[in-house]
Amino acid sequence: MSVQANQIARNPTRLLGRRSLLLPGLAVSIALLGVMLILGMMVGAADIEPAVVFDALFHYDETVFNHLIIQTVRLPQVLAGMIVGAALAVAGAIMQGLTRNPLADSGLLGINAGAAFAVVLTVYLVGAASLTVYSIAALIGAAAGAVFVYVIGMLGGGATPLRLTLAGVILTAFMSALTTAILIQDQETLEQIRFWTAGSLVGRDFSIIAQTAPLIVIGLIGALLISRQITTISLGDDVAKGLGQNTVAIKIAAALMVVLLAGGAVALAGPIGFVGLVIPHIARFVVGVDYRWVIPYSAVFGAILVILADIGARIIMRPQVLPVGIMMALVGAPFFIYLARWKVRR
Amino acid sequence: MIETHNLSLNYDGSTDVVHELTLTVIAGQITALVGPNGCGKSTLLRGLSRLLKPARGVVCLDGRDIHAMGAKDLARRLGILPQGPTAPEGLTVHELVAQGRYPHQSWFQQWSAHDEQIVAQALIQTNLSLLADRPVDTLSGGQRQRAWIAMALAQQTDVLLLDEPTTYLDLAHQIDVLDLLTELNDQGRTIIMVLHDLNQAARYADMIVALRGGQIVAQGAPQNVITCDIIRQVFGLDAQVIVDPVAGTPMCVPIGRRAARVRQAAVN
Repeated sequence: MSVQANQIARNPTRLLGRRSLLLPGLAVSIALLGVMLILGMMVGAADIEPAVVFDALFHYDETVFNHLIIQTVRLPQVLAGMIVGAALAVAGAIMQGLTRNPLADSGLLGINAGAAFAVVLTVYLVGAASLTVYSIAALIGAAAGAVFVYVIGMLGGGATPLRLTLAGVILTAFMSALTTAILIQDQETLEQIRFWTAGSLVGRDFSIIAQTAPLIVIGLIGALLISRQITTISLGDDVAKGLGQNTVAIKIAAALMVVLLAGGAVALAGPIGFVGLVIPHIARFVVGVDYRWVIPYSAVFGAILVILADIGARIIMRPQVLPVGIMMALVGAPFFIYLARWKVRR
Repeated sequence: MIETHNLSLNYDGSTDVVHELTLTVIAGQITALVGPNGCGKSTLLRGLSRLLKPARGVVCLDGRDIHAMGAKDLARRLGILPQGPTAPEGLTVHELVAQGRYPHQSWFQQWSAHDEQIVAQALIQTNLSLLADRPVDTLSGGQRQRAWIAMALAQQTDVLLLDEPTTYLDLAHQIDVLDLLTELNDQGRTIIMVLHDLNQAARYADMIVALRGGQIVAQGAPQNVITCDIIRQVFGLDAQVIVDPVAGTPMCVPIGRRAARVRQAAVN
């Protein structure tokens, strides 16, 4: 009797209170993502009709200028936005669940900055290397950033949300300073990646996507596989251990996924902040705290948000195009203030 | 039955918090660990449950070293409720209690009707069925503690360890939680808990273990442990022990400087 009551009863604190709504809700979100992808291909320096977008995709004619624009510029750009958004949002969801820290985000905790610095340093030292080298540099930088923040955050007692965030802020400031120092030193490097360091989807062609997408896909699948374990560990380390969880193994697996996702995202589009901070909160507001649902919803919502922000970045100062990272900061900074004020347990 | 042999526990290799402690907890009883702050009672509980690895010595459950058992295997036999656990914001009572099934699940065996039935039973037992879909963080302190106990119940273990299950609760809810634990004990569960309140320990425990400086000072039935001498030895406090007018168990009445002064003045 109580079994049925639980399935029928609506939970007032989340948007989709009934379990039976979760799968249809995800389908609707994916459909919305599809709409965003098309919209993202329509809007730009010159707007293109939806019918032309469809023709460019399915009846490609390389003599038509707009088809060329769609295939070589806008399609890679929206796909990169989708991949990066999903990666950063899921990385944030994993980090927030694992650390029970509402402020956890690969941007705030310095992981993106670590990856970005590693890429800039590589460009400076080796010059124009292969894409593989950049990706590897981004992964190493992300991992080094994560370890640094964790160790600094743990100094002198536990890693409280504020302590971790402060460690991340310090690392980000330091890494950004070093990155800027290199870029000022070296005009050539600056020209190559100035736009990239602000987080941008412009000029991402299929070769870069093909290079980084596998990392992110592995990270997303891994995140789904450990999603149930993340829910359990979000009750706290002691409780999770008491329930028979090998928390060390789960943490290592989760950290690996975060490095793949955040490192891959930075290699593809530069450091874009706040996606991983904002999206998991929205996902939990919609589906609750079961990470088997939080993670897929975060992936889809993150993809939607980054494509939307990129559309905004293209039209806000038309014909100038802003880096999408700057648009995200405009959305994310007020949200951060809201979280710091009302959601952080000290 | 849980036993420790020469168990020493410490944090990160510093000085022992629990030192060469040998203890036998009898199955089917309620055992209370008491002692002053920092005496090692919570640390001992962590050691009994594998949250803390022994520096030396062993902890055995039914004759087997708990560190030689699989993590989930142990979690199906022994549950632990840490002190003052906090649920993530928005987690419902039902979702929390369902987490108790974690050690019974695997990749091949996901959520089943049997799991659902056990969760429903745990909710009924803790009188939370009507609150099943409420977020845990919106409940009162007493309801919240019952929800965590329900999670441990869904774990279906024979042994339940609790670290100060009554802290932060008002008196009525303290008694409510202790009565609930007594009911669970009546059904055959072994309960080991850290308690601050000696009188509650005397009332609800079959055996009291008094600790000081990481070692056992006294253990046994309440009337043998709650005595003036032992209270002075363990807490460094002068007290009188009278008979609890309701339960007939020993009751500790501390003397303290203020009452001593008043009494002295009366004599003069």
